[in-house]
Amino acid sequence: MQDYSVIKEKAFEEIEKATSSAQLVDLRVKYLGKTGEISLLMKNMKDIAPEERASFGKVVNELKTEVESKIQEKDTLLKEIEFKNKIKAESLDITLPGKKQETGNLHPLNIVKNQIIDAFTGMGFEVFEGPEIELDYYCFEALNIPKDHPARDMQDTFYVKDDIVLRPHTSPGQIRTMENKKPPIKILSPGRVYRADDDASHSPMFHQIEGLVVDKNVSLCDLKGLLNKFFKTIFDETTEIRLRPSYFPFTEPSVEVDVTCSKCHGKGCSLCKGTGWIEILGAGIVNKKVLENCGIDSNEYSALAFGLGIERITMIKYGITDIRTLFANNVKFLKQFERR
Amino acid sequence: MKLPLSWLKDYVDIDVSIEELQKKLFSCGFEVEEVIRFAENVDKIVVAKILKIEQHPNADKLLVTQIDAGKYGKLQIITAAHNIFEGALVPVALDGSTLFNGEHIYNGELRGLPSFGMFCSGEELGITDDYYDGASVHGILILKEDYPLGAEVKEVLGIEDVIFDINVTANRPDCQSILGLAREVAAVLNKPLKMPDLTYKTCEDIKTTTEIKVENKAFDLCPRYMAQYVSDIKIEKSPKWMTRRLASVGLRSINNIVDITNFVLMEIGQPMHAFDRKDLLDSSIIVRRATDGEEITTLDEKTFKLNKNNLVICDKTKPVALAGVMGGLNSGIKDDTTEIVFEAAKFKRDNIRKTARALGQSSDSSSRFEKGIDAYTTEIGLNRALNLIDTLNCGKISSDRYDLMEEKLEEKVINTTISKINSVLGIVVPTKDIEEILTKLNFKVEINGDDIKIIVPLYREDVDDYPDIAEEIIREYGYDHIGSTLLETSKVTLGGKNKEQVRTDNIKNLLCGYGFNEIITYSFVSKKDYAVYGLDENKEEYKYVEIINPLSEDVNIMRTTLIPSMVQVVINNINRKNNEGKLFELAKVYNPKALPVTELPIERERLALGMFGNVTFFDLKGVVEGFIETFVGEKDVVYKRSELSYMHQTRSADVFVEGVKVGYFGELSPKVSEKCGTDKRIYVAELYLDQLKDLYDDKVIFKQVSKFPSIERDLALIVDDEVLCQDVVNVIKKNGGEYLESVSLFDIYKGNQIAENKKSLAFNLVFVSNERTLNVEEIDEIIDKTLKELKTTINAELR
Repeated sequence: MQDYSVIKEKAFEEIEKATSSAQLVDLRVKYLGKTGEISLLMKNMKDIAPEERASFGKVVNELKTEVESKIQEKDTLLKEIEFKNKIKAESLDITLPGKKQETGNLHPLNIVKNQIIDAFTGMGFEVFEGPEIELDYYCFEALNIPKDHPARDMQDTFYVKDDIVLRPHTSPGQIRTMENKKPPIKILSPGRVYRADDDASHSPMFHQIEGLVVDKNVSLCDLKGLLNKFFKTIFDETTEIRLRPSYFPFTEPSVEVDVTCSKCHGKGCSLCKGTGWIEILGAGIVNKKVLENCGIDSNEYSALAFGLGIERITMIKYGITDIRTLFANNVKFLKQFERR
Repeated sequence: MKLPLSWLKDYVDIDVSIEELQKKLFSCGFEVEEVIRFAENVDKIVVAKILKIEQHPNADKLLVTQIDAGKYGKLQIITAAHNIFEGALVPVALDGSTLFNGEHIYNGELRGLPSFGMFCSGEELGITDDYYDGASVHGILILKEDYPLGAEVKEVLGIEDVIFDINVTANRPDCQSILGLAREVAAVLNKPLKMPDLTYKTCEDIKTTTEIKVENKAFDLCPRYMAQYVSDIKIEKSPKWMTRRLASVGLRSINNIVDITNFVLMEIGQPMHAFDRKDLLDSSIIVRRATDGEEITTLDEKTFKLNKNNLVICDKTKPVALAGVMGGLNSGIKDDTTEIVFEAAKFKRDNIRKTARALGQSSDSSSRFEKGIDAYTTEIGLNRALNLIDTLNCGKISSDRYDLMEEKLEEKVINTTISKINSVLGIVVPTKDIEEILTKLNFKVEINGDDIKIIVPLYREDVDDYPDIAEEIIREYGYDHIGSTLLETSKVTLGGKNKEQVRTDNIKNLLCGYGFNEIITYSFVSKKDYAVYGLDENKEEYKYVEIINPLSEDVNIMRTTLIPSMVQVVINNINRKNNEGKLFELAKVYNPKALPVTELPIERERLALGMFGNVTFFDLKGVVEGFIETFVGEKDVVYKRSELSYMHQTRSADVFVEGVKVGYFGELSPKVSEKCGTDKRIYVAELYLDQLKDLYDDKVIFKQVSKFPSIERDLALIVDDEVLCQDVVNVIKKNGGEYLESVSLFDIYKGNQIAENKKSLAFNLVFVSNERTLNVEEIDEIIDKTLKELKTTINAELR
């Protein structure tokens, strides 16, 4: 029996001294392998008296189990240490910058355009896009802008032919829609428009959205309600609007719509020139003559229309002061509008 | 439109503050763009008497004076002015005073002697002779009346005024006059309007109709022409009350007759003209179109060649005035004029505008006519002019007149209902208020239950129907009464973007996901780009629509390709030291159907991509491939070398889907980039969205993913350098059969281990079946067959 305890002691000592799992693998072979020291003990069985064989076998098996579990135990310990070392060795400076996944974004004018469209499509509006090079008839005549109206002067509108122009507003969208659709109509007509003007607040090409509602009993209160809701969506809930008299040939009554200044909330600042209000769009009840021009019975139906400049709303929203910034397309400018 | 408060007060009692009046005007549709407080800043300039004048001991040109400035005491003033004399009353700017131009005056020293202020000229007070005699002289203003010493000069002379600069909308030409605005002010303040005096004495024995002949041969351009003869004219200076009024709106006094015409233009809003009767050959006035080539020299001595589109006022043989624009030099008022014919007319505004534009000649009168004159104003304008002749006592007025009108003036009558008016507004305005508002705006109203009969004042040519009436009511009643409703009686409509619009949004989202930023550039470009890019304007796709009146040569045609605009943006960014960028623009190009343009051009949707910085051809190609795949799915896409003049010949490709060209991409020709001012490589693509959308099929058909194992093979092929990858792939696909799931290139090698002028292309092939496990032998067979064809067709060897 002496052998057992010697083997056990030696095995335990060697296991204890092991410093890597690789060493443990070797030790396992040395003691528990087919030709290992403990396995060899079993081969001595034939030399053992038969009556002692049972207890001999038991003792050897116990020894085997003990060594096995000692190896296991040590292995777990070593693996833990090795794991810790590995993790430590793999340490990263997690404050180094990440590899950026560049995404692009829409032009701010189109971000705002989409917000406007979303606000109105939610209220039942469809989107209609007409041609940019447009007949004089749709731009003026049908909109009750007679031949002698100052808006038709060459200096305002770009002409490509005496009766074909670059549309100076998106209002032709009204006419084209009413000619092809029966009431009830609710449309938005966004797009590029062109006027012969070029300075810090005017660009020869800019964007408008025309809105039109045709139905029975459409009134100024509906116009105010719609725009009220819209501006609360596009600016914020505290935004208020006011209507004041104005003139457009295609609406009667015509109104200018002001919103409370989004910067100072009505207190008065440089943006609103101290008035607390910002002039934001023109609107009105569609002139009966315009409805009749489109074959809509003006006694049965009435309509409201509004036209807003996307540049103006964008500039107010983002605090841009020179319209030309929008068309310079500087990458550093464009990247500021990443979608959040 | 400038409205001086001092003048306005002649017609309406103003008992509210300037701010309050401004607010009221704003609320009823007259935005005050600016309130000019004339001479408000002038301060501490007081009346003083010059007691003594002596020569300055140290300067020949300076005088030393002692003055009495009343409560400011006796002071010494040094001056260089020599029009002063002892005993004269003069304005003195004291220590700390402010002149009209904003300059301050302080005590000082001139050549060793102290001076306690400065004598002022009229200019330094902001006035001219038209305001106070002697104010225009070069020197000190000598005051003629005995004003108290030490009194503020601006107060004793009444210089201060408030001038409202009012934005009058185009529908209200009747408010382009002091009287017109006074009518509005009276209504909004609920005050009576004091009409200017329109009455005058006539001489029974003097008759216009016997003295002159007047004929209107162009009623289409001149719906009303009035003329009245005045004799015994004395050309004199106008009285100060009149010249002061004119000065307050910036008009210089000429003489009484010219001043009367200007006064009426400002006050009533009717442009007037006065002819010297002796210059009218045969005492005739004929209103007619000019004959082609006829000439006139206007008062400012400019000569114009006319045509039949120009309206002229003629005597028997020649034009004596360019109607509504300016009188002729041959018939104007002169110092020796003794008889005149007053003209008051309504000329059509578009004709006056066209003439003024075409000739480049305009005047206060023409700009007034361009806004529109009503025939009623024509009449009261003439009456007022005659009243002023009478008031100034400078002529004998004939007892009749010519009044040539095509139709009689009649007041418009609107028969409508209160409920219709209210339906426009969406609120119920009390009938009492409706009646009151319309009445104070000079409408005559008869109400009978819901029915309302409205007679429109003659000067309101803009009011036709009940919506106009609704507007009149609400601008006085107040827009703050308008509530907010959301189309309560309206039918529900299904809103939203259509498929096409959603598709466009998706395209943009995809590109943003690829890291591209959207740009927006002008739709117009320069014709000069055609030379830079080598575009052939005779080719159908490059025929362009030209703008007749462009802002400049840089923006004179509508673009037929988006690339020059994209390149310009890239160049601008490079110049701004932005090192890299990925950009896209989705916009239209414009192709005329015929030239010259006869109908609306075709507008085609295009997508431009632009990349610069650390990128290669294949970065761009990857985007193009991915993008096209979202449209055409598994349809075959073929790339061919592009032959576009502005693309790099060996680094650009045209893209075809089912034989249709859907765009091109690659590196911009270095020649073009150089001409555009950069040596950097620029990558661009232009994709034809209209074509791609036609190919687009939005139906997704599900395909079973195979349950059976796949077999993979790698083929490394050695081919000649010029062989295109696409040609190799085509052979592989052709032989691959139905089980070939994919072919992908994973390596290209050139170098030591293979011959010169050769390259190695390594492909990964995946075979799979949905029905069974494929066996190795059948795949080997396919590979053998493929290799054989590769050998015979493109001389490819297995490496």
